[in-house]
Amino acid sequence: MTIQLEQLAKTYADSEVPVLTDVSVEVADNEFFVIVGPSGCGKSTLLRMIAGLTSISAGQLKINGVLANDLPPKARQLAMVFQSYALYPFLTVAANVGFGLKARHFSAPEIQQRVAHALKMVNLTELKDRKPKALSGGQRQRVALARAIASDAKICLMDEPLSNLDAQLRARMRLELKQLQQQLGLTVIYVTHDQVEAMTMADRVMILNEHQVQQIDTPINVYQNPKNEFVAQFFGTPQINLLTATVTGHQLQVTPDFNLAVTRPLPEGTALCVGIRPNQLQFKLTSRNANARIQTVAYLGDKLVATARLSDDQAVRLVSAETTTLAPGDLIAITGAQQVVLFDNATGKLITTEQEVAARATIAVG
Amino acid sequence: MTPIQPVVAHENKRRFKLIGRYTLLVGLGLIVIGPFILGLWTSLLPTAAISKGALWGKLSFDNYVTAITTTPILRYLLNSFVIAMVTTISQLLFCSMSAYAFVFLKFKYQRPLFALFLVTMMLPFEAEVIPNFATVRALGLLNHYAVMIVPFLTTAFGTFMLRQNFLQMPKELKEAADVEGLSHWQFYWRMTLPYAKISLLTLAAYSFLSSWNQYLWPMLTTFSDQFRPVQDGLRQLQGQETFNNWGMIQASAAIVVIPTLIVLLIGQHYFKAGLNEGAVK
Repeated sequence: MTIQLEQLAKTYADSEVPVLTDVSVEVADNEFFVIVGPSGCGKSTLLRMIAGLTSISAGQLKINGVLANDLPPKARQLAMVFQSYALYPFLTVAANVGFGLKARHFSAPEIQQRVAHALKMVNLTELKDRKPKALSGGQRQRVALARAIASDAKICLMDEPLSNLDAQLRARMRLELKQLQQQLGLTVIYVTHDQVEAMTMADRVMILNEHQVQQIDTPINVYQNPKNEFVAQFFGTPQINLLTATVTGHQLQVTPDFNLAVTRPLPEGTALCVGIRPNQLQFKLTSRNANARIQTVAYLGDKLVATARLSDDQAVRLVSAETTTLAPGDLIAITGAQQVVLFDNATGKLITTEQEVAARATIAVG
Repeated sequence: MTPIQPVVAHENKRRFKLIGRYTLLVGLGLIVIGPFILGLWTSLLPTAAISKGALWGKLSFDNYVTAITTTPILRYLLNSFVIAMVTTISQLLFCSMSAYAFVFLKFKYQRPLFALFLVTMMLPFEAEVIPNFATVRALGLLNHYAVMIVPFLTTAFGTFMLRQNFLQMPKELKEAADVEGLSHWQFYWRMTLPYAKISLLTLAAYSFLSSWNQYLWPMLTTFSDQFRPVQDGLRQLQGQETFNNWGMIQASAAIVVIPTLIVLLIGQHYFKAGLNEGAVK
């Protein structure tokens, strides 16, 4: 089952400001498609438009090639998992899972067989006679999943389904969800505000911000080639360093004692935004030619995350695999970066990316 | 020993407070229940004793036997029972359906229509009596069960109360049901009604009791014992006799009260449950 969005837009009747504008994408069959963005960016609205719970103001929605703008939710042949799970409180687990099938007039033996199958997929067979209130959060979440599985719809929409679970369970469910999707051959559209969820589960990610699509790509591409500053900032922990720099000769001057040698010729004197991932920043612990001072150090077991101040007071985040060497107050020399990403200072748009960039303390002459 | 002294004083003060509070409660309780006990007691006394104003005499169930054998009290009870049951069931059905429509269906002029509904609650029943009487007379319903049922098939209050309850249902439940393809009827029957069980029981008790206790309307619209409900029947017992058999009338009144008590006792269990449920969530 494919889903095509063509210039989809939503403006609520009582406001002039659109919630979403110009959303176009084609979700392929059997794809795990994640919509991610900060709260209020319109991601849930988009999902609800696909589900048919919110009307579409402009543009076209096609499900399997058929125009679905005005189809009622039940005619769209999809399943949905809600953030609050939306389990029917008076029905047992089994009845919850089978209720939709009953509404669609399936035969009793078929319902029974599908419910049993769905409950087995999510390991809930023993709890099938319990009521939702007698279940833990994780178990309720599984019931909601089983309900989607039993419906046999090949499209499954999920609205932050893991956000009410604790961190460990969430990590486990991420893997299970992904496995389940592959086993059943589902096309999943998954909404989340959590970039880790988006990175770990998605075949492709759509990043929404300020009512607009920022980028649609695979998680690796989004991470390595962010289209703009927002996307670069949104993905990756700790956050990417965005430093202001000026083009001076063949170099980017961040501060007088911190210059990056880029190969691409850039107009002299332009101010740019330089993005460097903390883990891609190379540095030495030395007082000779030092250009930054360590301010804070956080120990994360297998690595250190530190912040340092450049001579013009800009903060830089760094990651070091050596966990014993750094301490606040130490002087370091930034020697280079595996990759730098350059953005236009005014528009935030990507200009270019460069690999293996060396940093020098002083401007090389010539 | 000194440290213990204040504790004892504190204990005593607390105990006095408690005793004071309970004395007050018992006093108030007696005031409320007094007439009721007096009524029950006199229903067991012979009329001769009551007429003399005495509160003591030979206790017996004679008054009850007389009431049942010589007056149409059983017929009145049956009439009231039929009227109250039909009224209650239809109010539950129609109020819950209209409340469902106001909450879950989207239609034009939804808000103004609901406001209109509420406006009818502000009219006192007495103001409606004359136009209603003209209407039922024109319909030819006078002196029939229908005249006591049809005007009360639905109430704005019931719709209002159930609407408030339905509004508390999580919106996702309806959305999940929409995605799964449940029809309105299925959602109404299988989700909404169970969800509003406590409110429905409250409304049922309320409408049963108000129908059972109707006096003015049946007095205006019924003329024969065949359709007369209990409250008007009681009045009738008094009027028919030149010499009022007070013991028998008192016994009839006691009989009439019994269904009310049953409804309240059953209801009380659920009302309590309802209060708790509201408190936790």
